[in-house]
Amino acid sequence: MAKLNVNGVVREFEVEDDTPLLWVLREQLGLTGTKYGCGIAQCGACTVHIDGEPTRTCVRPVSTVTAAQKIVTIEGLSKDGSHPVQKAWAALDVPQCGFCQSGMIMAAAALLKQKPKPTDADIDSAMTNICRCGTYNRVRAAIHVVAKGGDVKSAGLAIQTEGSKA
Amino acid sequence: MSPRDMASPSRRGFLKTSGAAGLMLAFHIPFAGDAAAQGAPAAPEVNAWVVVKPDDTIVIRIARSEMGQGTLTGLAQLVAEELDADWTKVTTEYPTPGQNLARNRVWGSHARGGSRGIRESNEYVRKGGAAARMMLVQAAAAEWKVPASECVAANSVITHTPSGRKTSYGKVAIAAGKLTAPAAADVALKDPKQWKLAGKRMARLDTVKKTDGSQIYGMDLTMPGMLNAAIKDCPVFGGKVKSFDAAAIEKRPGVKKVLQVGDSAVAVVADTWWRARTALDALPIVWDEGPNAKLSSADVAATLKAGLDANDAVVGNQSGDARAAIAASVRKVEAVYSFPYQNHATMEVMNATAKWTPELCEVWTPTQNGEAALATAAEAAGLPPAKCDVYKLHLGGGFGRRGAVHDWVRQVVEIAKAMPGTPVKLIWTREEDMLHGRYHPVTQCKLTAGLDAKGEVTGFHMRISGQSILASVAPQSIKDGKDPVVFQGLNTPGPEASIGYAFPAILVDHAMRNPPVPVGFWRGVNLNQNTVYLECFIDEIAHATKQDPLALRRKLMANSPKHLAVLNAVAARAGWDKKPAKGIYRGLAVTMGFGSYVAACAEVSVGKDGKVKIHRIVAATDSGYAVNPQQIEAQVEGSFVYGLSAALYGECTLKNGRMEQDNFSSYPVLHMDEMPKVETIVMPSGGFWGGVGEPTIAVAAPAVLNAIFAATGKRIRDLPLKNHSLKA
Repeated sequence: MAKLNVNGVVREFEVEDDTPLLWVLREQLGLTGTKYGCGIAQCGACTVHIDGEPTRTCVRPVSTVTAAQKIVTIEGLSKDGSHPVQKAWAALDVPQCGFCQSGMIMAAAALLKQKPKPTDADIDSAMTNICRCGTYNRVRAAIHVVAKGGDVKSAGLAIQTEGSKA
Repeated sequence: MSPRDMASPSRRGFLKTSGAAGLMLAFHIPFAGDAAAQGAPAAPEVNAWVVVKPDDTIVIRIARSEMGQGTLTGLAQLVAEELDADWTKVTTEYPTPGQNLARNRVWGSHARGGSRGIRESNEYVRKGGAAARMMLVQAAAAEWKVPASECVAANSVITHTPSGRKTSYGKVAIAAGKLTAPAAADVALKDPKQWKLAGKRMARLDTVKKTDGSQIYGMDLTMPGMLNAAIKDCPVFGGKVKSFDAAAIEKRPGVKKVLQVGDSAVAVVADTWWRARTALDALPIVWDEGPNAKLSSADVAATLKAGLDANDAVVGNQSGDARAAIAASVRKVEAVYSFPYQNHATMEVMNATAKWTPELCEVWTPTQNGEAALATAAEAAGLPPAKCDVYKLHLGGGFGRRGAVHDWVRQVVEIAKAMPGTPVKLIWTREEDMLHGRYHPVTQCKLTAGLDAKGEVTGFHMRISGQSILASVAPQSIKDGKDPVVFQGLNTPGPEASIGYAFPAILVDHAMRNPPVPVGFWRGVNLNQNTVYLECFIDEIAHATKQDPLALRRKLMANSPKHLAVLNAVAARAGWDKKPAKGIYRGLAVTMGFGSYVAACAEVSVGKDGKVKIHRIVAATDSGYAVNPQQIEAQVEGSFVYGLSAALYGECTLKNGRMEQDNFSSYPVLHMDEMPKVETIVMPSGGFWGGVGEPTIAVAAPAVLNAIFAATGKRIRDLPLKNHSLKA
């Protein structure tokens, strides 16, 4: 019997020790926001926070995580999508297909917690997630928006939510 | 609702309500047993495209799949524009391919590929929106007993102008749905100059769910009693299963079934996917590797090389006698280029869920072409299409992989058929996805230009040798041995994929050589390599004749104003006439395809260690009309990621009949730290509808390769770049 603290709730379940945390989250706990992309920690789609550290869960055996460690997944980053990173992502329409974005957001949230004003070089070294649609420039812009306290206009990317009245 | 629909609990759970005109399907993923939805009051369908609920919520039906490219939002903008809808109340849903079939294809094609989502369907979806508006206005006018001509609609509100009376779409929708639809000829569309929603930088409708983990992709689907499957197909192309020892893994925890799928694959079904996958990894399988067991990339290259001078070529574009002009020329420029196999590598690997009974086969899957998926499902199920349906789930990337061929759908249905009544979800491993792609086809190209004494081109010949996509996915479409896809971007002047350069004599021909590797449409398709060949070779001619690459292009494109306009736009924005900063070098490329004109100017530096840095790319797109400019910008930026990943790294190589690259470790792609600044110029010139998802990919590689040549004097003719040293 394994025991994990996920998004503030301690859950118990039956699983083989060597099962990657990713598949426990997805299959045992039903938290499918965390994605399988490569299975070898290359793409970052499976990124969650373990005690605040961005962690690629597709290669992390569940037996190496204890119930004392706090796991936060994309579903637990905020209750209502109000985390500053989520808000910046929505304001700049960052996602395209969106499949990699849970991992991107978790990596960005961890970076910004560690370095509230990251440089482009900081972003380059922290954000090694793969996106095939090609959202990298909007990901970068959204991280800078968060660093500027949510100043969406600073990104210079006008996006409307209502039709023009003309 | 038909009895068959009622008979299926999963389908019933999927459906919300049925209106008089037919079923209304939920766009969100319905976990079975959504009782609240089943009990909801009927929402009136005004017509096939538009449903208006009593609370004024508008549901716009979208037939084309959303895979990240923003079509869902763009098509909704077009319908809402003509509907004069309140955008803040707009939602969307997908009709199913089965519904389309049952309703005489009222929603037209479900296919999503070739950058066709908007350019192909814009007229009938706009007419759908306009007709619905006319019917809503007519219903209000009838209720008020006034002429419809005295009423106007705006923002989902209908106003009787003389009296000032107002009503909302939601209040008259039921009455409107009972009216006879206006004849198509009576439905007038707005002049795009009057657009208020279309053409604007609207936020996507599907963003928020992609920021909190709630967007359900195919891989995320769960349903009661569902089992999970992992599969291994023979890694050698054309190989088969010889034997496997099911007993070795049948007692592992959670394993429910071990079975052969088709003649080349073995699947394990278990309670969880991880258990299925690990059991499959432990399963001893003996393969019959078949006739291609020794095939290598060198064999393929040799076959293609022979085609460069072969006599069995099919002509794609011919004007004048290029061979004679070249033979009579004072000087020749000649070069041979090649382009490798590439994998789509969508972030979400292939997957589908199926449930089979002798009466009904249902498939839930991310697909670019629901109708093609339905056809595959029906064939595998051994049931008529009317006894099958496909529910499209959100795609974690498509890029062409999830369109023409639904190999994974065939597999999942065969697995489900072996377990009647049990829903089974099949997820490929990344390794399976890499080893069983529908690869971007390989071609080589020999380009020859004959020059006169002044260095002007007198004759131009492009001989393409290599693989045909249509021969692999739709051989019936090949007429007189010609695959028109091979000639993308090289066609005679016209509305599609035309070459912008005018030569006194031109010959473009293709020697078809089809190695036993499955190929498919890969975002940008043959326009990608054709533009590399042509645009790099134009630079070679410029260099050989000591002309400025921009000046030569302008001269040769004098009669192609749209090509020229995008080229001039990037040159002006990049400041081509001014020297770049020290150490920075520029390269240009321009093309036309998927209905649009695109150009790029890349700025790169190359270090002494040979390391390439792409600093900035200026890109221009003329798609005729621009439905959502901020999403066009997103598509253009994304096209550079896809196109530069291919140019820098993209290569699948064959050894012993199988691909050597099996994950992102051996198939690297562009990362954030390599991403250049992209400046996008959206310059719609009006009068035509071009696509935006693909054309820019084609100019990414040649613009960068031309800049690398400017920086190093090294001409890269074989992609990808990683195979070449640029050390000083």
